[in-house]
Amino acid sequence: MHELPVTESILRIVLRHAEEAKAAKVVSVSLRVGEMSDVIDEWLQRYFDYLSKGTLAEGAELRVERVPVVFCCEVCGESFQVNIREVKDVVCPACGGGKATFVSGREFFIKAIEVI
Amino acid sequence: MSDVRLIEIKEEILADNDKVAGEIRKQLRSRQVFMLNLMSSPGGGKTSLIIETLRGLKRSMRAGVIEGDIDSMVDAEKVAQEGIPAVQLRTGGACHLDAGMVELALRELDLSALDLIMIENIGNLVCPAEFDTGAARNAMILSVPEGDDKPLKYPLMFTICDALVVNKTDYLTMSDFDMKAMKERVLKLNPNIRIFEVSCRTGEGIPAWTEWLEAEVEAFKK
Repeated sequence: MHELPVTESILRIVLRHAEEAKAAKVVSVSLRVGEMSDVIDEWLQRYFDYLSKGTLAEGAELRVERVPVVFCCEVCGESFQVNIREVKDVVCPACGGGKATFVSGREFFIKAIEVI
Repeated sequence: MSDVRLIEIKEEILADNDKVAGEIRKQLRSRQVFMLNLMSSPGGGKTSLIIETLRGLKRSMRAGVIEGDIDSMVDAEKVAQEGIPAVQLRTGGACHLDAGMVELALRELDLSALDLIMIENIGNLVCPAEFDTGAARNAMILSVPEGDDKPLKYPLMFTICDALVVNKTDYLTMSDFDMKAMKERVLKLNPNIRIFEVSCRTGEGIPAWTEWLEAEVEAFKK
């Protein structure tokens, strides 16, 4: 549901950079989003299509690169990816240790845009 | 055919919100007012916890409340009945409070007369986790009837909170809620989180929680 304000922010940032670059049109927007985030790619694109009508970014494609959730094992130091919404427990695949700390998967930023 | 140019941006999507949140934190720091952002599912017990907490802290500090609600005034009225200054923010459909809304609410409160502000965020474990409100600390409630699997379903919320209040512990005997497994899941996501088991209905566990909050406010003011 919060895809709408999120998309407004994305569009604002994209248009600012496109105008600075004196672009005629934005072709694509590359995002990096951690797997922890609940935003749904399809809704981002739909809201973006709606909000960007009549702007430089109309018709631009959103490319969402998902960053996996990574934990680090406190026992052996191994870093490993976790499918956070499907696992019941976080267990190190290298040593079987059950103590691990959350390292990454909360990213939420715009990487780049392509313009003409 | 014109050439496509790549422009590197590397900007946080919610940078505008984060900027306002940073300004709020700075303002509250200079005014010596501690703000807590309280989040939970609908019906988790946010309003009850706020009322119980502020009853417990009535003698030691002056508190105000920012009530977020999609479209009603019920919670603000309950809080105001306790003689606590409350500002109602109606989001008109939005599922979370953002820093800009909190900034508007702060203008309605007399900051010079307050030590503590509690924000009651919109009931939702998803969206409020993404938006910094400018609070000094984030806390969340997980109530027993919701189940012990919530850290797996809403991991982001558990990673951004400084405190977790497990409410409605008076329901434990009637449920298969696995407190130990829930705590293990939460501590993996966030090893620094403080966990309090309370029942707003019986009052059990409330003192440990209010003592923690009081200590946080005092440390903030030093």
